[in-house]
Amino acid sequence: MEDLVRLTAHEMAGPLRSGEVSSRELVEAHLAVAERQNHALNAWLSLDRDRALAEADAADARLGAAHAAGPEALAALHPLTGIPIALKDLVSVAGGQCTAGSRILEGYRAPYDAHVTERLRDIGAVILGKTNMDEFAMGSSTEHSAFGPTANPWALDRVPGGSSGGSAAAVAAFHVPVGIGTDTGGSIRQPAALCGIVGMKPTYGRVSRYGIVAFASSLDQIGPFARDTRDAAALLHAVAGRDARDSTSAPIPVPDALLRLPVSDDAAATALRGKRLGLPREYFVAGMEPGVEAAIRAAVEALTGAGAIVEDVSLPHTEYGLATYYIVAPAEASANLARYDGIRFGHAVRDGDVIGNYLRTRGSGFGAEVKRRIMLGTYALSAGYFDAYYLKAQKARTLIKGDFDALWGLGYDALIAPTSPSVAFRMGTRMADPVAMYLSDVCTLPVNMAGLPGVSIPCGLSEGLPVGLQLIGAPWSEAALFELARGYEGLTASAPWRSLEPAELRLADDPSMLTPAARAAALAGGAH
Amino acid sequence: MAGLSRTEVAHVAHLARLGLTDAELDLLEGQLNHILDQYAILARLDTSAIPPTAQTIELENILREDEVRPSLPTEAVLANAPERDGDYIVVPAILAGE
Repeated sequence: MEDLVRLTAHEMAGPLRSGEVSSRELVEAHLAVAERQNHALNAWLSLDRDRALAEADAADARLGAAHAAGPEALAALHPLTGIPIALKDLVSVAGGQCTAGSRILEGYRAPYDAHVTERLRDIGAVILGKTNMDEFAMGSSTEHSAFGPTANPWALDRVPGGSSGGSAAAVAAFHVPVGIGTDTGGSIRQPAALCGIVGMKPTYGRVSRYGIVAFASSLDQIGPFARDTRDAAALLHAVAGRDARDSTSAPIPVPDALLRLPVSDDAAATALRGKRLGLPREYFVAGMEPGVEAAIRAAVEALTGAGAIVEDVSLPHTEYGLATYYIVAPAEASANLARYDGIRFGHAVRDGDVIGNYLRTRGSGFGAEVKRRIMLGTYALSAGYFDAYYLKAQKARTLIKGDFDALWGLGYDALIAPTSPSVAFRMGTRMADPVAMYLSDVCTLPVNMAGLPGVSIPCGLSEGLPVGLQLIGAPWSEAALFELARGYEGLTASAPWRSLEPAELRLADDPSMLTPAARAAALAGGAH
Repeated sequence: MAGLSRTEVAHVAHLARLGLTDAELDLLEGQLNHILDQYAILARLDTSAIPPTAQTIELENILREDEVRPSLPTEAVLANAPERDGDYIVVPAILAGE
């Protein structure tokens, strides 16, 4: 049974179709590991065994019917039918919790399914539960969750990245083969890098956000996590495409090429020949860890060896990315989070009059980082400061996007860069300094500012911890990006680091292990 | 760009309808000013001839038919209300006095 969880979704698909294994068996096996390890990892905020098993039985009925109907019916099933999946706890599942990592949504029950939830139900994927996250997706470590931090399966003292750290840790720890996250400034790619898995932020507009808790609406995008590129691409295929209920979801066809990435490693690597890749020099930032830089340089060498043409390029406005992002995102957040007023749903505290109610409800319902961002955003939008901050940032955004457009105009197939300037950092080390935490996303947030797709794939280890390689593409080029990523994966298929499992995963099986919250407290105590 | 005083921090908190403790206001005064210092880099950019970007994909005038469709059941929506009276959400009085 335990061996089942080591399989990728595409490896599970054959035995599911032949009847050799049932979705129920797969779900039981994954639930057993997730339930056993969640004490030490806190990757999940909820696991719904009964619902998952009912969904698995329904998937088994579909698989059985298709099996009886013949090869055509089997081929028509989506690759993820019957496969267990994790959802970040900001995706609505009708009747279920949807906290967005916040006390202010504790007890709230989603009255309807998100678009991605509907899509996953349509194909018969099985939702095991909801995963931990930084409150309202604001953070880069999952330490800003109101429900305690998540531990990185590679090193339990370290963060999994964030904000989608719960989904990333759950996929890395074999609790599920695939998971859903959201990425506003790096919240899929950075935790994918820190947990040693694949994560993609698609083009802005690729996936409908109907039923997702909003953070910054001109930046938020939903995307997949998986342990390899084929599974990640299949999950994107399942959830992407136009939905009338999100007017920013684009009427652009979703390519079936996402389901046809090369199976053979050699064939995949061959596709790298002649590809023109830009290496933006500004992404090798001051303060980047030498081990991270070494792993990225080695990946560049491997790509060149496989026949790709790698050229130094410049994105000259990169240095303005952080300031621009930390004006635009908090400004949009301050408007989006005005809805948490304690009147229609969620946490509510009464204190005299209507203003008193707002102050007490919001003051006690939001955590420190969310308050900080609401304050920043409110200030940047307030009378007298709008031009100096928000309008200025929107203009800088034009320049940042223009940098990328110029390179697409020169015909680059993709850009390659580090995903994160550091490997997974120790819990607590960036909590006292918001700017240090914000710098975690310096290589990912320009991609959101420009609305582009970006994928992070594992490219080795530094000090025993995973390093992520980021591939950035032109709008709507997800399939081409995944082909490149699959090429690199094929090229490095026999690299020694590929076969390693998260180093401290076995420790998470020990029921006497500290919870991540207790671990963080112990680390903080030791620091004084 | 000038720094934020403690009074201004308190004013912004009120605008944002965030009830903050004195300790929170003290901490935020330092942290917000540190973050605002990072924003100063933008002053170096000449953006006088640059149009603003609000979002990145060129979609305009997304239209749909105006047709009657079922909405969420009242019970499902009201189930999350902190305080209700039948099919209504109870809200605090906005207009004071008689």
